Amino acid sequence: MLETRTETAPFWESPVPEDEVMAQQVAHYRDEHLLLDPRPPAEINGLMLAAMRRTGPVFWLLVVGLGGMVLALFTTWVIQMVYGIGITGLNRSVMWGPYIVNLVYFIGIGHAGTFISAALRLMRYDFRRPIARAAETVTLFGLAMAALFPLIHVGRIWKIYYMFPIPNQRELWPNFRSALLWDATAITTYMIGSTLFMFVALIPDLAMIRDRTTGLRRKIYGAFALGWRGTEGEWHRLEVVSNILGFVIIPVMFSVHTIVSWDFAMAIQPGWHSTIFGPFFIIGALFSGVAAVILVMVIVRKGMRLGYFLRDEHFSAMGIFLMILAMAWVYFYFAEWITNWYGNLPMEVALQEMLTGPLAPFFYLMLFGNIIVPLGTLWSRRVRTSLPAMFVIALFVQIGMYIERVLIIPGMLSRNELPFNWVNYTPRWPELLITAGTFSFLALLYIIWTRVVPIIPVWEVYEGQALQGRRRVGRAILPTRSDPH
Amino acid sequence: MAEHKWTMIVDLDKCTGCQACVVACHAENNVPIASEAEVVRGRGLHWIRIERYWEGEFPNVKAKFLPVFCQQCGNAPCEPVCPTYASYHSEQENLNIQVYNRCVGTRYCGNNCPYKVRYFNYRAPEFDAPLEQQLNPDVTVRSAGVMEKCTFCIQRIRRAAETANAEGRPIADGEVQPACVQACPSDALIFGDKYDPESRVARMVPHNRQFKLLEHLGTEPAVYYLKGGETHVGD
Repeated sequence: MLETRTETAPFWESPVPEDEVMAQQVAHYRDEHLLLDPRPPAEINGLMLAAMRRTGPVFWLLVVGLGGMVLALFTTWVIQMVYGIGITGLNRSVMWGPYIVNLVYFIGIGHAGTFISAALRLMRYDFRRPIARAAETVTLFGLAMAALFPLIHVGRIWKIYYMFPIPNQRELWPNFRSALLWDATAITTYMIGSTLFMFVALIPDLAMIRDRTTGLRRKIYGAFALGWRGTEGEWHRLEVVSNILGFVIIPVMFSVHTIVSWDFAMAIQPGWHSTIFGPFFIIGALFSGVAAVILVMVIVRKGMRLGYFLRDEHFSAMGIFLMILAMAWVYFYFAEWITNWYGNLPMEVALQEMLTGPLAPFFYLMLFGNIIVPLGTLWSRRVRTSLPAMFVIALFVQIGMYIERVLIIPGMLSRNELPFNWVNYTPRWPELLITAGTFSFLALLYIIWTRVVPIIPVWEVYEGQALQGRRRVGRAILPTRSDPH
Repeated sequence: MAEHKWTMIVDLDKCTGCQACVVACHAENNVPIASEAEVVRGRGLHWIRIERYWEGEFPNVKAKFLPVFCQQCGNAPCEPVCPTYASYHSEQENLNIQVYNRCVGTRYCGNNCPYKVRYFNYRAPEFDAPLEQQLNPDVTVRSAGVMEKCTFCIQRIRRAAETANAEGRPIADGEVQPACVQACPSDALIFGDKYDPESRVARMVPHNRQFKLLEHLGTEPAVYYLKGGETHVGD
């Protein structure tokens, strides 16, 4: 299907106009836009495969370093199982700490992947094409990391099966009135849905690799490619399945972070019991997720030399997206706090004093990272197309959003209705090590994944290129786009 | 319909803050003694605690004592949030029960308890010698990783109910006394079955000094507090 149907030449062989000005225009378009810069599919495949095969000393150094951190994560976890949650800094008022912060954070960064690949796909935003898989991978591994944390968090991990709805002889069924069960259900659904969605879009690329490898690899990729041959009917079915999964997964995505927020909003803890938490958490999740995808895009482009695929236009588009989300986040945060501040209820005043008192450095760092940095810089195209600048901005948003969850969970819990029980929380080494280990685990899985599957969905790129064309209007060359749907 | 409504009355006018109830509770319910370092970390573990609030500036300081323990809420926030029904409502005793064996330690109940009377076993229980010699055989020693809280000495309630049942009579008023009530030297704690119209608690409420702790949250506690005067510290 990707073979062009025009009678003259394949789509990547569009002739350069003889007129010099028009030729310059064409060159400009090729420079600026990935989809107007078609190359033969063989060349694009080669580019991708070369990037996947490149494993230099830096790569192995990273694998060893990150692997060491992962080892530290699991060692700490085992120590915690043996000695109890007591080795952490949690106390009798702050019973949830960084483990739950990490749970929320890692589910949060997963939201951008689905949004970019499902929502932007259905709305036909072409800038998502080379980004989609990098974003979906953040979703996949973000969710995997998040799923670790309920396990790390509970006091008796060896009894965790009490929470599963499995037929049993204990006469004990999980309590579906508990928001934790809703949460587990939502996350599982989301995980299955997004994995399927990712896998479906992977099939043509796996088949592409299958056709270009030999031996055991050919067998493995062949098995996962499910016998893909690239017939018209197969492409059609891929399109249909992707659309159905896209429509299914968008409501799931919205429900997941709403339900995560309900873990807090359903409790009567002051600072948590808020009706705005559902949408507020979704915006926060998308905000941190888009920033995470930008971080990954910078690293992938630099580390794997994928400048052909990830261009300035993509960073610019993601920058605008991030800026819009920053505005939405500010709106929700402001709406949440002005009602509390104006209401002036004693408990809420105590919480505000907590934020502007002992937690003030974090509170202001969060406001700086989430508001001043993105809104102060991203309006400029020069900033949006500069990789170091985008990296730093996205990092600030990550820090800000992480702190936001810290303020909500241990921060709010340290103040409660009876002031006798106000206890501040300081993390100790197990939480810090486990958190650092999880970030390393995510990074490790990610860099290995980039060598296993094409991190750019190459078929989506040449599908996009095949649908793009040029048209002459007077002396100007304009890009056109055909939409066969 | 539950048969009993076990109810506690705390007369703050009579409470001297002596903490005898705290010690009695530790002894009766095998509550581990947290070390000083643990207490500094905010992990003191007492099923009943005397909250002490200070009012005024030195030297005109007043202390207020508030014994706080599980309020055995009729509409308990800790119950619906537990994913494994470790925290559930007992129909028979009308108490909020914590089943240690079912608890996986998500600590959601602890977050949702506005009274902060749920204690998590952050470490395996330790009893300094010779305390390990006097553990109560009627009460489980809880392992690390489970939540625990005041039970209104349910082992005593059960024993009294069994005795009364064997003798074919209802439980008499005063037959059941939790350890804290038994130890209170100033008779500040009064315990009984509110459904028994002849009991002391049933006759005391409604009381003109009565209030419930954090009543605005609608948790329907089974504990009544009777407002008291302040205790003067110093001269």
